[in-house]
Amino acid sequence: MDVSLALFWAFAAVAVAGAVGVIVMRQPVHSALFLLLTFLAVAVLFVVAHAEFVAAVQVLVYAGGIMVLFLYTIMLVNVRRQAGEPYLHRQAGVALGVGLLLLAVVGGVVLGDARRLADAHAAAPAARLTEVVGSGVAAGNSQAVGWLLYREYLLPFEIASVLLLVAMIGAVVLGKRTMEKFD
Amino acid sequence: MSQSLLYNVLIPVTKAVVCFLVVALVAGVLTLIERRVLAALQIRKGPNRVGWNGALQWLADVVKLITKEDHVPSKAEKVVHLLAPLLVMAPALTVFAVLPFGPDFSVTLPWIGKVTTPVHAAADVNVALLLLLAVSSIGVYGIILGGWGSNSKYALVGGLRSAAQLISYEVPMGFAVVAAILMANSLSLVAIIEAQRKAGVWFVFPGLIAFFCYFVSGVAETNRIPFDLPEAESELVAGFHTEYSGFRWAIFFLSEYANMIVISTVATTLFFGGWLRPFPNVAWLGFLDVVPPMAWLLLKVCLFLFVYIWFRGTFPRYRFDQLMALGWKALLPISLGNLVLVAFAALWGAAGLRVLGAVLTVAFAGGLLWARLRPARPRGTTSMAGRPAEVRV
Repeated sequence: MDVSLALFWAFAAVAVAGAVGVIVMRQPVHSALFLLLTFLAVAVLFVVAHAEFVAAVQVLVYAGGIMVLFLYTIMLVNVRRQAGEPYLHRQAGVALGVGLLLLAVVGGVVLGDARRLADAHAAAPAARLTEVVGSGVAAGNSQAVGWLLYREYLLPFEIASVLLLVAMIGAVVLGKRTMEKFD
Repeated sequence: MSQSLLYNVLIPVTKAVVCFLVVALVAGVLTLIERRVLAALQIRKGPNRVGWNGALQWLADVVKLITKEDHVPSKAEKVVHLLAPLLVMAPALTVFAVLPFGPDFSVTLPWIGKVTTPVHAAADVNVALLLLLAVSSIGVYGIILGGWGSNSKYALVGGLRSAAQLISYEVPMGFAVVAAILMANSLSLVAIIEAQRKAGVWFVFPGLIAFFCYFVSGVAETNRIPFDLPEAESELVAGFHTEYSGFRWAIFFLSEYANMIVISTVATTLFFGGWLRPFPNVAWLGFLDVVPPMAWLLLKVCLFLFVYIWFRGTFPRYRFDQLMALGWKALLPISLGNLVLVAFAALWGAAGLRVLGAVLTVAFAGGLLWARLRPARPRGTTSMAGRPAEVRV
């Protein structure tokens, strides 16, 4: 077996184990730590797929930024669960149903597309890269991402950034309202 | 021996081990230098008993720390408490994998033959800068978890402060780094050094503002005075590492010094030409090449480390709201504005960088001169002292 395939399976297993840990752990901080593990394992998977730029951004944004804020909030809220308290209350049935539905949808899509994607992957990236990036730019990973993002997908990119901005303003407004209530 | 085993296993492992030993050694010696320099700044003697004039004090400290009791507080989250120092140290040492210490060099080894390899722990990664920022942003977990897992109020507050501080200062630091990337047109650290050779000017001149933002953020990221709020001894005993003792405390300590070395090395690489000699394009200064490139780098890094200690002896600690205001209201807009400035200069090529560098240097020198010549301000009228603090929790 070749090295990158072995790495893929090893870190895919770590990612899944981390994801299981997130929902099994009772202490929220431990859940957050397992989520961090999953993020890092996924970053390694990106490296195995030769997407170094995406891997670095994954670690920088998700592991280094978002999860830190998560932990910060969890530590401030300080949830303490009583021993023996039921884990899911009455939502167990609903959760199971929704989970199975999600699994079916995602699984169906993945199974249906896996072969097509595999075929496309074998042929596409190198050709696509030279087609998009052209000969002028050194075809590095980050250059390619930047080129695609700001040339081909500029409008979706801008729309996504506006969406994030709106979400942020909304959060600030909501947060300010509760703070005024407490004052 | 096969070439692939040699280049993929043996050399990297050797470099990693050497790198770790050197960092540990430098951190040890740095504690001694720091104490002596601080003592000199405060007109006292400092440690001067162990060894020749105190030269072995750091070894005595190491022995003391290793043999001390390793205490875990009662009702602490044991696993988290034990994990935290490792979570701080691992990223701090991992970053050394991408730092360039010198150009390629060749050695002839017995049995193996001639080996050519860059002075790197790992390699010239094409996203080195991004990797560097990413890996060092992981280090904050150790600090937060160390504070949370200790079952201590002081440690918890220290951990929370540190989380807020590190996230805030990562943003201006990132923008300062982007300015260097714009000037060099690459994310690779080696390419950035080569770009400074080509442009014929260290990036500190066109990137004067970026360098300022980078170094201030760097001092904040390493939790050093004047930004050492997470471990402010006058309020929090020792902040996030209050409950740590012995070897685990030493690991926190070692990581702080490793991080200082990283920040200094990156500042040197991005803005002071890395291993290049001063004025790398001026031919008649060629005699400076007798000093090997790594020695130049070491010299510059030592200068930065000295500045770190100098800061500690000079500046009083910030208040927490001042710290946040400085990060978000001052450094962030400055670094963003600087980015626009540098982008326009970089558009114009090397000539633009030189013009911008000249303008900024003249402005900086003029500002220094003006500050020197103007009459002293009456006491108590600084902007910091005037306003009462607005504290909202």
